[in-house]
Formats: sequence, structure tokens, C-alpha cells
Amino acid sequence: MSQENTGLTIAGTHYSSRLLVGSGKYRDLEQTRLATEASGAAIITVAIRRVNIGQDPNAPSLLDVVPPSRYTILPNSAGCYTAADAVYTLQLGRELLNGHKLCKLEVLGDEKSLFPNMPETLKAAETLVKDGFDVMVYCSDDPIQAKLLEQIGCVAIMPLASLIGSGMGILNPWNLSLIIEQATVPVLVDAGVGTASDAAIAMELGCDGVLMNSAIAGAQDPIRMARAMRLAVEAGREAFLAGRIPKRFSASASSPLAGRVV
Amino acid sequence: MEIIVIVLNGEPHQVSPSSTLTDLVEALNLSQKAIAVAVNRTIIARHQWGEYQLQAQDQVDVVRAIGGG
Repeated sequence: MSQENTGLTIAGTHYSSRLLVGSGKYRDLEQTRLATEASGAAIITVAIRRVNIGQDPNAPSLLDVVPPSRYTILPNSAGCYTAADAVYTLQLGRELLNGHKLCKLEVLGDEKSLFPNMPETLKAAETLVKDGFDVMVYCSDDPIQAKLLEQIGCVAIMPLASLIGSGMGILNPWNLSLIIEQATVPVLVDAGVGTASDAAIAMELGCDGVLMNSAIAGAQDPIRMARAMRLAVEAGREAFLAGRIPKRFSASASSPLAGRVV
Repeated sequence: MEIIVIVLNGEPHQVSPSSTLTDLVEALNLSQKAIAVAVNRTIIARHQWGEYQLQAQDQVDVVRAIGGG
């Protein structure tokens, strides 16, 4: 009997959607609001940045259009290149969100590839877990690193499918499958999705969810693409649960041979 | 009037010698905003702002959430 297509559980909390979206790169806050709604996502990533001193403090802010009362806000450590900076940034995020423990850890290796620096990521994960955070972690698609992060206590493993913002899709489904097979915590593709089929492929592989930003915000019609991604994640999950037919080199007729008129 | 200089979000910023973090945040009109504050890379919880008296050369970070992926 097939499994029911329920939502996603991370660190004991249930979320209605398996699509997680970022809030960056949109034209304005209204587009952010509409695309976020259209995506159906329950978890929204945000960046933590210094306030521009002197800027109108009453200008609308991101949390006005994606309010924490409606969405689970996931602060990230984007832009951090050391474990210490990532930990500091996420501690600020936790304080800003009144002690909210869920965070997205990323420690980057270089500006060109935005590939994760795994030694620093592991170091930061250890510190954050000890400090009481529920850590969802952006990582390389290396099953050994993924296992180490899980052993440290990360609540979700989030390998890149291809470079952040590249739209190159799922470049190494075999590595993702190895990570999914061994994991006892949710595995989410984080980074690289370009269009709906990429999200569907990730879900068909057995990923528990997909996190994306550029593919939606950078589309010509972000609101429509947000809807497409919602449907793709749902379709891919359904296909995974349904169990696809095996690939074969020979044909197999769909119509019976018996009773032909010729 | 005597002043001290702190480093606020990376830039020099003048405050009076007995200023607390609450005074600073109020002067910036940010009291009602979703922000977090750290001094010298230590997070100071909102309920402790009134007790924290700023010292010359304190490195103060005031942050908020913005769009990101």
C-alpha cells in the first residue's frame, strides 16, 4: 500500500509544504508577498543584515509581508565564510526572532562558486547544536559529510544540487540518492533548481523537500513560477510515493495482443 | 557636552557617556522594530538593553531580517 502524501516534519514540527522558499532577489516587497503566497511554502528563509542607520525606520520591512505569525522564518548565515561569523549571524537571527531555534547554516568557501566550506560548516554545526539550535545545513553532496552533520545533530541535511543561483538543476542524482538512502533526518535539495522539472526530479529521487529562491524570484513571472514549483514538488512527491516503472531497453505494448482484427 | 564614540554598524557614532542600549535604539527610532543587538560580538537580549551602558569604542551591531535565500 502506498504511503500517504503528508507534509514535512523537521525537528518534531510538522509543515504543510515540502517546498521552502527564499525571500531574496524580488523586485519589491509586494512581489515577495505574492510569490511566497503562491508557492504555498510554510518555511521562508531570510538573511540577517545590519540596519542602514539613517534610513527611514518606518519603511515597510520584509517581516511585514512575510510575518512570523503566518510563516516559519528561517534565518540563514548567507555571506559567511567562517564558522565564527556564521554562528554569530545565526545567534543574532535567533534573538531577532524571539528565541526561535530553527536556522539555516551555510558557510561558504569562495565567492565564485558559493560552494560550502565543509570543515567550517562542521565546526559551526557543532557549536550551534550545543547552543540549542535546530540546524538545517547547506552542504556538499558528499554522503560522508552528510553523515557527519547528521551525527553532530543537524535536523535536516541540505545538499546543493548545483551551484547557488545557477539554475543548472540536479547534476548528481546518484550522490543525492546515497545521501537520501542513509539519512535518518530529512534531506532537502538546497540550491541549483532552475525550473519545475528540476524540483520534480529532486522529489522523485526521494528528497523530503526542496529549498529554492533564484528559480522563482528570477523567473520572468515569479508568481507563476512559484505556483509551478508548488505543483512540481507535489507531483514529484506523489510520483516517488507511487513508485515509478523500471526503465528498460525493450518496448512493452500497452494494448493486448489478443483479439486484434488483423 | 561630553560625548563618547562607539562603532555602530561599522561607522563611528556619537552618544552621551551614560547612554544605554535602550537610549541608542530609541534615538534611532528602532524600539518597535524586529531587530537584534550585539556589543563586541556578544548578543544583548532586548530585556537587558536598559542595563547595558555603552563604553567608548564599543562595537555595536544592530541587525534586521531582509530578503535572502
